[in-house]
Amino acid sequence: MNKLTATERRALIHHKNRPTVSDYIPVIFNNFLELHGDRHFGDDHAIIGGIATLNSVPVTILAQVKGRNIEENKRTNFSMPHPEGYRKALRLAKEAEKFHRPVICLVDTPGAFCGIEAEKRGQGEAIARNLMEFMTLRTPVVSVILGEGGSGGALALAVCDELAMLENALYSIISPRGFASILWKDPGREKEACELMKITAEDLLSFGVCDKIISEAAGGAQNDMKLTASNIGEYLSEAISRISKTDIDIMLENRYNKFRKIGMFEE
Amino acid sequence: MLEDLFKVVKARFNEETAGKSDDSGENVSIPQDLLFKCPRCGTVAYMEDFEKNRRVCASCNYHARLKWQDRLNMTADADSFTEFDSGMTSKNPIDFPDYEKKIREMQQKCDIKDAVITGECHIHGYRCCIGIMDSNFMMASMGSVVGEKITRLFEYATEQKLPVILFTASGGARMQEGIVALMQMAKTSGAIARHSQAGQLYITVLTDPTTGGVNASFASLGDIIIAEPKVLVGFAGRRVIQDTIRQQLPDDFQTAEFMLENGFADMIVERTMMRRTLARIMKLHNYEKERPTAQAQK
Ligand SMILES: [Zn+2]
Repeated sequence: MNKLTATERRALIHHKNRPTVSDYIPVIFNNFLELHGDRHFGDDHAIIGGIATLNSVPVTILAQVKGRNIEENKRTNFSMPHPEGYRKALRLAKEAEKFHRPVICLVDTPGAFCGIEAEKRGQGEAIARNLMEFMTLRTPVVSVILGEGGSGGALALAVCDELAMLENALYSIISPRGFASILWKDPGREKEACELMKITAEDLLSFGVCDKIISEAAGGAQNDMKLTASNIGEYLSEAISRISKTDIDIMLENRYNKFRKIGMFEE
Repeated sequence: MLEDLFKVVKARFNEETAGKSDDSGENVSIPQDLLFKCPRCGTVAYMEDFEKNRRVCASCNYHARLKWQDRLNMTADADSFTEFDSGMTSKNPIDFPDYEKKIREMQQKCDIKDAVITGECHIHGYRCCIGIMDSNFMMASMGSVVGEKITRLFEYATEQKLPVILFTASGGARMQEGIVALMQMAKTSGAIARHSQAGQLYITVLTDPTTGGVNASFASLGDIIIAEPKVLVGFAGRRVIQDTIRQQLPDDFQTAEFMLENGFADMIVERTMMRRTLARIMKLHNYEKERPTAQAQK
C-alpha cells in the first residue's frame, strides 16, 4: 500500500463526503440521549454531548460536530467551539465520573473559535480547566481524532487514557497555513509546512502522543462510512473494557505519565 | 483613562510595534538605549528614569516586559534563590530548520537556556517555588524545556508542600516543536492538578504578554490570579480575531483590565506592591514565615 503524504491526507479529511460524528454516532452507539448546556451561559452546538450505549454499556459521548453542509456548519460554527462548549463537555464528564461511566471524546475541529465573545467568556480558561480536570477524572477516558485535531481546541477533549486516530486524521499545534504564516511570514508555504510539521497518525504514534491508528475504508472513510464506523466501534469496545478493568489509581497514574513523558530535551 | 486606552489601541493597530518596539524605539533618532518609548502611549522617557521606575511607564502605568534577572531581583529576598534545572536545553522534535542555531543565539543573548527560569526562594521570608518567564527568549513560547521545568517545579512543590508563584509571559506554544509543544499544555496542567489536590497554593502573575497555549493552560489555573497593569492577556491573537470577525475590537480588549472586568483575574497589582501582596497571600493561606522579612535582591 502506498503511504499518503500529510497533504494528501489533508485533502481526504476535507473531502466533502468525509463522514462526521453525525454519521458515526447512530452507527457506533445505541440509544443516544443528547444532553444540553453548560449551566452557566448556553448550549454550544459545536460540541454535542450525551449518554449512549456501546455494546449495552452506558458511555458518555463528547463530540465536536462538523457540518455536512452549509446549514449544519452555520449551526455548529464549523466545529469551532466557544468556551461554553468546553464547559458543557466538562460538566458532562463530571456527571460521567459520578456514575462511573466511561467517557468517549470524538475530536474533529480546526480549533477553538477566535472571537470577541470567546475571549470575554474565557476561551483560554475553559481549555485550561478541561486539561486540568480531565487529567484527574476518575473514570476511563478514550479520545479518537476523526479528522482535524486542531491545536488546544482539540487537546481540550484529548486528555485521556488512550488516544486513537483515524488513519488519515491529523493532529497539529496549528494549521499548516498558520505555521507558515507565523514562522516564515508566508502563508503560501502551507504545503511545505504540512509535510514538515509531523502531523499524521504515524508521526504522532512515534511521538507517543497517539496510541492506536484505526483503519479507514480503502481510499478514505468517505468510501465506506459503515466499515469505518465499525472499526471505530470495535476499537472503542476493546479499549473501554480493557481500561475499565484497571484499578482507578493506576489508571490515573498511567494517564499522568502518558503526558508526563512527552518532551525532547537534554540536560 | 479612556484616552490611555485609545492610545493602547492605536499602538496595537500597528501590530508589530506591540511586540518589538519595547526596546528598539524605531522612530527615535537619539541612541535607543538612552530612551524608552512606551509601546502603549508613545511617551518617551529617559531610559535611566524608566529603569528606576522598575520599567513602568510614568505616563500611562503600562508595566513593561522585564528580563528574568530584573524580575527575580525585584521579587526574591536577597540571596534566597536556588535555581533548578539550569542546564536543560531543547532538542529539535520535528527537525525544524536551524532551530538549534536559533536556540543557541537566544541562549547567548538572554543568558538563560530557555524561556523560563525556575527555582525556590523566599519572599518576605515566605519560602516558595518560583518560575519566571522571559519574553526576550523567543517570545517565551512553550516548548519541551518550559513544559518540563514547570512540571518539575510543581512536582517538587507538591512533595515539599510549597506554594508556587509563576510570572507568566508567552506568545503561546512553540511552533518549532510541533505537537510536542502542544502536549506541554496538558503535562503542566496535570502537574498543577496534583499540586492542587495536595492542598497547595498556586499564584499566577500575568505579565506582558500572556497569550495562546500558555493562556490556555497553566496561566489560567492559579488559585489566585494577579495581573500587572495594562499587560496583554488573551487566548487568540488580535490579528487572527480581526481576520475572523472583521469588526472593530473593543478599546481595552485583552488587557489585564479586560480580564478583571470579565472575571478572569482576581486583582491588578502594581510592581511596587507585588512582593508584599504575594507575601500577604501566602500568609492568608497559612504558610509559615521561615525567615525575617528581608530586602529584595535589588
Ligand atoms: Zn505609556
